[in-house]
Amino acid sequence: MSTNYQRRSKDELARRVAQDIHDGAYVNLGIGMPTQVANHIPAGLEVILQSENGILGMGPAPAAGEEDFDLINAGKQPVTLLPGGAYFHHADSFAMMRGGHLDICVLGAFQVSANGDLANWSTGAPDAIPAVGGAMDLAIGAKQTWVMMDLLTKTGQSKIVQQCSYPLTGIACVKRIYTDLATFACTATGLRLIDAVPGLAHAELETLVGLPIDATAPAEQTA
Amino acid sequence: MINKITPTVREALANIQDGATVLIGGFGTAGIPNELIDGLIDHGARDLTVVNNNAGNGDTGLAALLKAGQVRKVICSFPRQVDSYVFDALYRSGKLELELVPQGNLAERIRAAGAGIGAFFCPTAYGTELAKGKETREINGRHYVLEYPIYGDVALIKAEQGDRWGNLNYRMSARNFGPVMATAAKTTIATVHEVLELGQMNPETVITPGIYVSHVVPIARTVTQGAGYKAA
Repeated sequence: MSTNYQRRSKDELARRVAQDIHDGAYVNLGIGMPTQVANHIPAGLEVILQSENGILGMGPAPAAGEEDFDLINAGKQPVTLLPGGAYFHHADSFAMMRGGHLDICVLGAFQVSANGDLANWSTGAPDAIPAVGGAMDLAIGAKQTWVMMDLLTKTGQSKIVQQCSYPLTGIACVKRIYTDLATFACTATGLRLIDAVPGLAHAELETLVGLPIDATAPAEQTA
Repeated sequence: MINKITPTVREALANIQDGATVLIGGFGTAGIPNELIDGLIDHGARDLTVVNNNAGNGDTGLAALLKAGQVRKVICSFPRQVDSYVFDALYRSGKLELELVPQGNLAERIRAAGAGIGAFFCPTAYGTELAKGKETREINGRHYVLEYPIYGDVALIKAEQGDRWGNLNYRMSARNFGPVMATAAKTTIATVHEVLELGQMNPETVITPGIYVSHVVPIARTVTQGAGYKAA
């Protein structure tokens, strides 16, 4: 494998996602890697974060000793409320999601198919305790669902696939995939390249993914 | 005269029957009616169906209720936690039935029960394992799954302030499932940290009107993580 390119670090990937969030956006950041996006939203933008447990205008973690355990995020960690923030009950929170009122939802994934099927709630292991939380509601609810993940598994398999082998979370619901090596759009006809890390040749990226990637559409060139 | 203020948990829970469906509020550390769950263990009702977002942590609260063998079935969205070992063991040994429901469907099915909706078409989970065997319909080009209400015999919720008519408000994200669960059960029991005189609650900010509430039980505020509150 060529080594003349570098993977985006976790911070760089979070910054890359944050760069595409527009001023005034209502955004839900999923548990895990997507939570980091909040730390990279460009200064000067007003972005309102939603938490599934009934918060709009969620702020950063409180200082040590300032935690209030009535004010937590979806990952059950203490957070703060920004001036202008609001609380609401669970049915309202998910109505907000399902009703298409959120602009962007960023989720982690086990697999995404080229046309945007998402698998992120279960590996299908027979002895696993199943748990879904808000994953299925989030996947299909926002105006745009973005996935943020490493492109390859630890064993080098592409997590972008022709057809998901893990149990599905939602069908054709992912619009974009942000990875450590490249950014893709999912379309009905397959993957379209948005950008790739410098030095990663298109043919090599297609080999890694194992699927054709349309690079003819205008691509945003970013570091 | 209406007086829903019930001095003790024991009196509030007295009429819970074996086989009841119990809606229990709370999400994470916020809004869990710990005193009512402990009261339900003391009460001893068995063969319960419990509806909660999770399925208990550690050895206390909901986990203790499960461990006491009082629960036949759990309806929840996220049973798996780092410390959900009580649930995990009961589930794996087949002693506990699980109905796994996407979190928004859980909230909306409870809301539907309280709102007199017979069933509703919902896009969540279409085409997934969790919609397997359910009726579906295409409406204006989008696919939906038919979902039925979740009715409670009893709802156990944690509120912040209440009055003798049963009006309630909540604190921060401790609101979570409380307001919808209050509407969906035949009997709703709420703990509050403060009882106000009739007329003292701001009618503009009553979140759960008293019509939905049967008992308001005053509970001292404890400054612990589990009680969802840290003193200033």
